[in-house]
Amino acid sequence: MLTALIVMSVLAVLLGSVLGFSSIKFRVEGNPLIDKIDAILPQTQCGQCSYPGCKPYATAIAAGEANINRCPPGGEEGIQKLAELLNLDFVPFGDDTAALKPKSVAIIDENTCIGCTLCIQACPVDAISGAAKQMHTIIEAECTGCELCVPPCPVDCIMMVPIQENISTWKSPYPSVSKSMANSTMIVTNVQI
Amino acid sequence: MFSPFITQASSVRAIMFKVLLALVPGIALYIWHFGPAILVSITLASLTALATEAAMLKLRRRPIFPFLSDNSALLTAWLLALSIPPLAPWWLIVVGTMFAISISKHLYGGLGNNPFNPAMVGYAVLIISFPSYMTHWSSPRWLDQLHLTFVEQLQFIFAGQLPSNVTMDALSMATPLDNLKTQLHVGHPLSDILNMPIYSQLAGHGSEMVAIGFVLGGLYLLSNRIISWHLPTSFLVTLFITAGAFHLYDPTHYVEPLFHWFSGAAMLGAFFILTDPVTSPTTTRGKLIFAAGAGFLTYVIRVFGGFPDGVAFATLLMNICVPLIDIYTQPKVFGKKDSK
Amino acid sequence: MRTLYHFNGGVHPPSHKAESTSMPIAQAGLPSRLIVPLHQHAGNTAKPTVKVGDRVLKGQLFGMPEGSVSSAVHAPTSGTVSAIDMQIVAHPSGLPDLCVTLIPDGLDEWSPRNHTNYLTTPPEELRMMLRLSGLVGLGGAVFPSDLKLRPGKHKIKTLVLNGAECEPYITCDDMLMRERADEIILGTEMMRFMLDADEVLIGIEDNKPEAIAAMQKAVVSHSFNAMEVISVPTIYPGGGAKQLIRVLTGIEVAAGVRSVDLGVQCFNVATAYSAHRAIEHGEPLISRIVTVTGNVSHPQNFEVLIGTPVHELIALAGAKSDTNGHIMGGPMMGVALPSDQVAVTKATNCIIESSLKLFPSPLPELPCIRCTRCVEVCPAELQPQDLYWFAKAKNFGKAQEFNLFDCIECGACSYICPSNIPLVQYYRFAKSEIWANERGKESSNLARERHEFHLARIERDKREKAEKLAQKEKLARAAKAAAGNAETDPIESLRAQVREIAHPEAEHSKE
Repeated sequence: MLTALIVMSVLAVLLGSVLGFSSIKFRVEGNPLIDKIDAILPQTQCGQCSYPGCKPYATAIAAGEANINRCPPGGEEGIQKLAELLNLDFVPFGDDTAALKPKSVAIIDENTCIGCTLCIQACPVDAISGAAKQMHTIIEAECTGCELCVPPCPVDCIMMVPIQENISTWKSPYPSVSKSMANSTMIVTNVQI
Repeated sequence: MFSPFITQASSVRAIMFKVLLALVPGIALYIWHFGPAILVSITLASLTALATEAAMLKLRRRPIFPFLSDNSALLTAWLLALSIPPLAPWWLIVVGTMFAISISKHLYGGLGNNPFNPAMVGYAVLIISFPSYMTHWSSPRWLDQLHLTFVEQLQFIFAGQLPSNVTMDALSMATPLDNLKTQLHVGHPLSDILNMPIYSQLAGHGSEMVAIGFVLGGLYLLSNRIISWHLPTSFLVTLFITAGAFHLYDPTHYVEPLFHWFSGAAMLGAFFILTDPVTSPTTTRGKLIFAAGAGFLTYVIRVFGGFPDGVAFATLLMNICVPLIDIYTQPKVFGKKDSK
Repeated sequence: MRTLYHFNGGVHPPSHKAESTSMPIAQAGLPSRLIVPLHQHAGNTAKPTVKVGDRVLKGQLFGMPEGSVSSAVHAPTSGTVSAIDMQIVAHPSGLPDLCVTLIPDGLDEWSPRNHTNYLTTPPEELRMMLRLSGLVGLGGAVFPSDLKLRPGKHKIKTLVLNGAECEPYITCDDMLMRERADEIILGTEMMRFMLDADEVLIGIEDNKPEAIAAMQKAVVSHSFNAMEVISVPTIYPGGGAKQLIRVLTGIEVAAGVRSVDLGVQCFNVATAYSAHRAIEHGEPLISRIVTVTGNVSHPQNFEVLIGTPVHELIALAGAKSDTNGHIMGGPMMGVALPSDQVAVTKATNCIIESSLKLFPSPLPELPCIRCTRCVEVCPAELQPQDLYWFAKAKNFGKAQEFNLFDCIECGACSYICPSNIPLVQYYRFAKSEIWANERGKESSNLARERHEFHLARIERDKREKAEKLAQKEKLARAAKAAAGNAETDPIESLRAQVREIAHPEAEHSKE
């Protein structure tokens, strides 16, 4: 009995010290967690997560203060990636998260624009070109669709237009489910041979 | 619709059908030597397999006809029936088949998703749960032993009744492999054992012919490119070499390799069980390693292990290793053969 | 006897080539209108050089190449430009792209054409001429050929000419070789000269004996001793550039590696022909041979003007009422056209009219049984069933680890699969998702950079403002101190201070 106890204790101390030593000696330095989370976020900087930008949201997630399901532009894929990174369970979008919208860009109606620069100051990625009393225009390629420019405009001349697919951005579709019986989440009621 | 717009006509159904066809020579020789009782097992197994598969598909809310008609359940049934003594009670084959189809096939996701060979899982379950029933093999009709008529056999299978002057011991016998093991254990030298009436040229009377029947079937499959040569060859060669090494080491205790080839389920395993595509590796080198492992383990279990035949457990043990084997035997792709 | 090498796998689909080789190449003539896409080549869209309403001559420039990977587009005939707008093009998406619509005037009047002697022209100039003549690879990849004729870091030992045409139904290269072998050979010799290649290997599948004979005759008649016509075994996809290079030279060109770095370059026979027409006769690429076959009354090959609407071309071969679709290309790698109103492009080698009899509906997809037939037939020696599992699970990282982008999408795996799994479609899906993710990542990285700069800029502006304010206060205090020492009018010193404030140095920074 005593021998067994001694042997087990010695083993425990030995193995514990091996593990402890390894955790210090073979430590792998990686990116700080905040940067890893920020790399997953879509950088729209829209604030729909109720944080002033993607980096602050990433900081909040890393600190455990924010849930991972607060970012609509990242979509469910983004939540999935965050869940994988942080070893958390997938959480679907909640009722308090802003509605999911298709990816859009803003466009200014030039006939209505009065050149007040309020939208220019609002844009988090400096995607609006213009100056006081000069025509303002949105640089389409840089617009992230965050919609922060829409509320400040005093004449409501900014609209959001969904991005259209074109030949270079067209994606090959997933093989049609109706012909597949290999999809394990599908329920088939009508079979065509 | 996307390209390609044409397809070669082969289908899962056609492939499985050809495998069933390839079993026929072996089954015919089985009937010739051991009587028609095996047909009862096969029929029972087939019906149970189809019924279980239909029930599981219904429960899983999958389309029934396409999967039921792909002949894969039938193949599992036939293989299991051939691994079980034909004089076993009817419920033995039914339970085994039900387990094989429902648990080891459908609970893992159905066709294509099972990691373990369903027929071998069924066999393993039966031999562990009902070991005594699994040892009541019939004797070949050439042997001077009691034989039942077909009707009496049916009576025994379904009602468990034997004719009044017959006992189970008188009727059944151990397999040649099993007998060999027991006799060696008792201490008889190999040469004496092999002179016993149940043994003939290569191995046991009758069962060696059945093995040859399966070889013929296997050659048919090879010539039709249903199976590739890697699995049977690797298995048989490894079994031969292992058996040969032990035989050379001590010819009085270890029987020669050809005996191992033609007894038990070695040939059935080589051409029909190991070659189940779902549970074997996908790389060429992987297949060789998988079958070699199975060959080695079959010998070890047969000679040193607790079961008379090792093919089933060897297969199952190697099935566990398949994902790992696949990872480590990935071949180099076109143009990257010189790179690391 | 030259030793030929083998590539792994390959399949033997029924060839269906005899249907369209019984008649010589016919001229498709002028259609009612021509819709010429400005982007029918790999690389950037050509920039339009004409306006709506312009009268153009045959061979006149429609679009200038833009950027280094791009090609020119020309008017296929003389007529009037009726529109430059978005039209549905021959693309599986059915989406529109920028096209120039031309109404022929029936005169077919050529713009000025010049003959050039390639032997006395500097290679840089020749390449520019080919670029401006719109020459792209006519085997299907439509890559600008002038870029492939640039000398590389390594010596080009072998020029491979691809006359294999391995896909079923397609016979345009076969007929071109039978009827115009001489011009193909002359174009090939020019390419060999430009690349300074030691030898030319012309690979033709052995199911084309007439083409082999014609090409052989042409080579001999010009005494081009460095050229050799080689009959290669008929197997699909033996006409893939990498596969043909492997068979003829034994070299395996890995994915992502350019064959020129291994001393080999490969061109299609039609490209060689068009190169000859461009330099020798000054004719830009405005037409090509197209096989029209399948469910038509008289399948055959036509010489078709680029931009010919497909329905007008099919009518020439005799359209049938039970046709249920149109395939551009072959049955293994072709594209189902969104409608027959789209136009023929430089990439159109074949139009197959499909019917339920010729192309039955695909059977339902069953689960994969890991039979590894797909592994046996894959010419890129990949593990198609593993790629299928990963693509299905959307595990794109693992798919790339298993060399997803090495897949040439030949379709041999889908063809042979007993479970009728549309394997290649899974790979296309995975590839386009990966590309979309990369684009998304790039744009979000850019957005992050811009946002960080935005924050930095605001910080900088705040700092500068604070400094200016501090500066001003210092000056004001100094002025006050100075004013306090001397006897000055307090009003005057106040005025001085106000002046200081009213005329600052660029206090407000522009946004």
